[in-house]
Amino acid sequence: MNELLEITTTRNNPHVDPSMGMWEWQIPVYLFLGGMVAGMMIIAGYFLFTGRHKEKNCSCFFIPIVSFVLLSLGMFALFLDLAHKLYVWRLYTTIQFSSPMSWGAWILILVYPALIANILIKPAKWMTNRIPILTEYSKKINEHPFLVKNIGIANMILGMMLGAYTGVLLSTLGSRPLWNTSLLWVLFLVSGLSAAAAFVHLFAKNKYESELLAKADNGFLVIELFVFVMIFLGLLSSARPHIEAAHLLLSGAYAPVFWVFVIGIGIIVPLIIQLLAVNHKVSHTAIAPILVIVGGLILRFVIVSAGQFSHWFNAHLH
Amino acid sequence: MPRYGMVIDTRKCVGCQDCVIACKTENNIPEGYNRDWIVTESHGKFPDIQMEIRTERCNHCSETPCVSCCPTGASHIHDVGGVVLVTHEMCIGCKACVEACPYDARYIHPDGYADKCTFCVHRVEKGEKPACVSVCPTYCMHFGDLDDPNSEVSKLLQSRKWHVNLPDAGTKPNIFYLV
Amino acid sequence: MNSLSRRKFLKISGATVVTAAALAGSAKTIVNAAESFSKKKGLEIIPSYCDLCFWKCGLLAYVKDGELWKVEGNPKDPLSNGRLCPRGTGGVGAHTDKERLKSPLIRKSERGEEKWVEVTWNEAFDYIAEKMNKLKINYGPESMALFSHGIGGSFFKHMMRAYGSPNETAPSFAQCRGPREVGFELTFGDVVGSPERTDIENAKCIVLIGSHLGENMHNTQVQEFSKAVENHASIIVVDPRFSVAASKAKYYLPIKPGTDIALLLAWMSVIVNEKLYDVDYISKYGTGYEQFTAEVSQYTPEWAYIETGIDPEVIRETAREMARYKPATLVHPGRHATWYGDDAQRSRAIALLNALLGSWGRKGGFYVPYSYSIPKYPYAPYPELKKEPLDNPNGKYPFATGEQISTGIREATITGKPYPIKGWFIYATNLIQALPNREETIKAIQNLDLMVVVDVIPSEIAGWADVVLPESVYLERYDDLNASPFREGFVGIRQPVIDAPNDQKPNWWMAKKLGEKLGLGAYFPWKNVEEYLDTRLKLKGHSLEELKKEGIIKGESQPIFFEDGVEPEFLTPSGKIEFYSNQLADAGFDPIPRFTKHPEPPSGYFRLLFGRAPVHTFSKTQSNPLLRDLFSENELWVNADLAERYGLKSGDKIKLKNQDGVVSDPIKVKATERIRQDCVYMVHGFGQKSRQLRSTYKKGASDAELVTQYKTDPLMGGTGMSVNFVTFEMEV
Repeated sequence: MNELLEITTTRNNPHVDPSMGMWEWQIPVYLFLGGMVAGMMIIAGYFLFTGRHKEKNCSCFFIPIVSFVLLSLGMFALFLDLAHKLYVWRLYTTIQFSSPMSWGAWILILVYPALIANILIKPAKWMTNRIPILTEYSKKINEHPFLVKNIGIANMILGMMLGAYTGVLLSTLGSRPLWNTSLLWVLFLVSGLSAAAAFVHLFAKNKYESELLAKADNGFLVIELFVFVMIFLGLLSSARPHIEAAHLLLSGAYAPVFWVFVIGIGIIVPLIIQLLAVNHKVSHTAIAPILVIVGGLILRFVIVSAGQFSHWFNAHLH
Repeated sequence: MPRYGMVIDTRKCVGCQDCVIACKTENNIPEGYNRDWIVTESHGKFPDIQMEIRTERCNHCSETPCVSCCPTGASHIHDVGGVVLVTHEMCIGCKACVEACPYDARYIHPDGYADKCTFCVHRVEKGEKPACVSVCPTYCMHFGDLDDPNSEVSKLLQSRKWHVNLPDAGTKPNIFYLV
Repeated sequence: MNSLSRRKFLKISGATVVTAAALAGSAKTIVNAAESFSKKKGLEIIPSYCDLCFWKCGLLAYVKDGELWKVEGNPKDPLSNGRLCPRGTGGVGAHTDKERLKSPLIRKSERGEEKWVEVTWNEAFDYIAEKMNKLKINYGPESMALFSHGIGGSFFKHMMRAYGSPNETAPSFAQCRGPREVGFELTFGDVVGSPERTDIENAKCIVLIGSHLGENMHNTQVQEFSKAVENHASIIVVDPRFSVAASKAKYYLPIKPGTDIALLLAWMSVIVNEKLYDVDYISKYGTGYEQFTAEVSQYTPEWAYIETGIDPEVIRETAREMARYKPATLVHPGRHATWYGDDAQRSRAIALLNALLGSWGRKGGFYVPYSYSIPKYPYAPYPELKKEPLDNPNGKYPFATGEQISTGIREATITGKPYPIKGWFIYATNLIQALPNREETIKAIQNLDLMVVVDVIPSEIAGWADVVLPESVYLERYDDLNASPFREGFVGIRQPVIDAPNDQKPNWWMAKKLGEKLGLGAYFPWKNVEEYLDTRLKLKGHSLEELKKEGIIKGESQPIFFEDGVEPEFLTPSGKIEFYSNQLADAGFDPIPRFTKHPEPPSGYFRLLFGRAPVHTFSKTQSNPLLRDLFSENELWVNADLAERYGLKSGDKIKLKNQDGVVSDPIKVKATERIRQDCVYMVHGFGQKSRQLRSTYKKGASDAELVTQYKTDPLMGGTGMSVNFVTFEMEV
């Protein structure tokens, strides 16, 4: 800021200097997939909870399978990011209560049983063909509506935790002012829900659900915009590193990609299209949901990258 | 129990990087990596310039975001002196601690684990000073127990003006810079 | 014509030792020569002394399981006090450098094309000996010249003298501190020497003129400077660049380059006119003071302001500040003093200012150094020289005393006058970067029948050689004893701590083997260097074994200041401090320094200044992996406003073009407030172009390449090199 201030450092560590870039593509991909899976779990859980699994073509049957695959892809990306891969088992010999990543590791462990339970309510044909006993399990589960409801609740809760965790992971890293906002988890959760809604909307066979999710997605997108406003208000009224961090997105190096891809193509344009669609001014196409999903992915890239770039400054020579 | 810290006299430091090289040979730091480094900060308009030169490294903070974010407990506070260390065999290389440090004092070692200044705890436990302190040709670096009011470092902090880096980051750093 | 210098005096006394050489037979060999380090287990700590620069600090090498681990200062060593500078600490990298020369090489194509045949040592020596013997027959032994730098050259010096050549030089005189030594010798009758006899640690006021201590890491000086800072010494820094030292200063004087003498004269006029000088000291030890006063009193600060751009009030204030702390005011003589061609006179002005303040020989000024002199090896007398050295024909530069003018030998090599030079033997000095005007150096090289380079790395100069001999680095070899003059007499040893990785050999071995091939075996009566060293040490009542253990033997401490009882002695013709120099007047020079204006850069051009970085020495450390890691290329310091005018930002790469159209390699811009607008600055030693040294190839730019102009000091033949102007070439 101050042109008369010159700071030089002799440090030149890889991926740290001249600006932090430790986390590359793997982390945003993981955060995005994790967030979207979280959203899908909430949606599927809600459908289970509200008894929609009685519908033959309820989305809650394909969601957990897709979620299982996407989450595994995300975790694989996360694994690729690890620099000391052979030691990954160390995550599960301890619980570090102060570490969101430790929590995350254990949440992921719980997410899989919930997804599997959801899958078991109505396993796909190719599963039962190979493992006939699954039909037995499915039957038993379906004999207890209470159990199904609880599986729904578990999916919603774990989905919430997973979605929130992807944001908490970053927002507890106080050294990166852009992430250092307690609303980041809300942003990621809403964005995850919105991407999930878009995704399910794309593939839902059930007309009612498809329409419902389009409407819901419009809601999520509006909330997301609102959360952005709140985040920026918070950062801009905070200390100088935070103000500078906000400006990175608003008017700085990341502004073009933020405004065009995250806000424009990722939120505003699909919102308009879907508003017109749900009001039957235009017919539903794949365009809006795809834009929402791509926007969600780019959002994670922008937040991870700009967040790493944002930093505290040496403040004492002023 | 002692609380180890450093007091660095920026008036005397000339930024020669002897500390950096001493660290590299003492601790076998791979080429291209730095556990410590020199920051030169000047402000003003020629010829009215004020300049501070200081040698920086992990601040071995009392509030340690790098430790609290670690999912495995690899990043930890050592039994002696509050030194912040990383157990290589417990580190999964998730980089959270690298991101968590407002001083960017950590890096990922080519072997995969998070790495940084150890205050040369292997030397300190033998009664020696950290390598950087022991070689400094300007004698600008002092190491000792900050909790002992009679230690050299405590006395310097009592008698001289000082600052720490990024006080607002809330980490309570244990490296102090005399001005 | 010249005063009898202390160095000459020492030479004479040394010669008497040579004649009293009956002791030779009593020396015994004590150690078997080829001890191997690689097999040893555990930690070994071996003392030696450093070779990363010429300061020769005592060190302790830590060798763990036969591998070199680290190098620290030897606490017993008075130069380092147990703390090395970054280069010394990085000495490990000299050993591990993968790009080192590995075996002797003989050129197989045109000079400078760097195409080689690997040969055995025997083949290399045969080749050299045959050529040298031919030269001796055809042109006489004086047609060989030795360029050497550092203590490692001492056995080659011996070999050359035994061969019969008087021509032996180093760039350290005419390209470095020569003018300073001459200026001080003309004034006080003695040189500043190396290590400088400056009592920085006790100084209450320190004046640095262009000297950038802290960036220039001469260990003892920096340690003492730091102590002075701690003791709140008043520091005055004169520099066109806001140096590290400037940041520690009470007064920073951003002088216009080339006007230092004007400032010095104005300071002296203030001190004289306000009668702030040391009256007793001057009346006791000085001569010619009246003429001096009459002359300098005219140089008012207002007059100096026009030349230097320094506020007259600041000039007055700083002059008074110096006087306030006299005699503990040290006006530092600097080291690299070859700037503008009137450098001996500038150095004399510095000497005179110190004389006014009474600091020579006084605490906080200049101490009187002592050497723990070890007798020379009792060699047979050298053959009588048939010809005089040719570096300074007919005393063209009447005050070039003590050492020879490297550029003088270069000139004679080109012209063949007063007699031909047909062979260069170059030890550990990269003449490509050290000498001004590269074209002349290469022209001289093309006139040679033989060029031999001894080095540890394939330096640029090695690229031009006919034969390249790979030397083991300092940690792998013995060298001659170091008994530098210092605050206390001491002798230090360099001994091997680790094996050379390949077929590199120590200089003493090369000198002996080659000497034997040249039929000079009688001059190498010792079996190996251990025997040589032991013989010398025994002449003083010590032994090699004793010195190897501690690394350092100290003499008894003696007073080093006049006030502590040192008898003041001025080896000038008058025996006094010469404020007015009859020697200079007789030779047709200004007896009291005068200011002459130097040409200024034309519009769009900037004066090229260069200096040191703490982690590098000359152009010899850039490939050291530890040091390179911290500083791999230099930057061009450009004033921030100037940079903005040219649209340059820090990190941009540009080329420089000098007044003669020579264009540099690309260099990164450092746009900074820390420099004037009429000059640019870079660290010396970069932009190297040895194709065998990939890690340094065209890293940054070379100031030396742009130094096509130089101004020769008429007193002593030094080459003023800060007289080149550069402009920016944007498209890179």
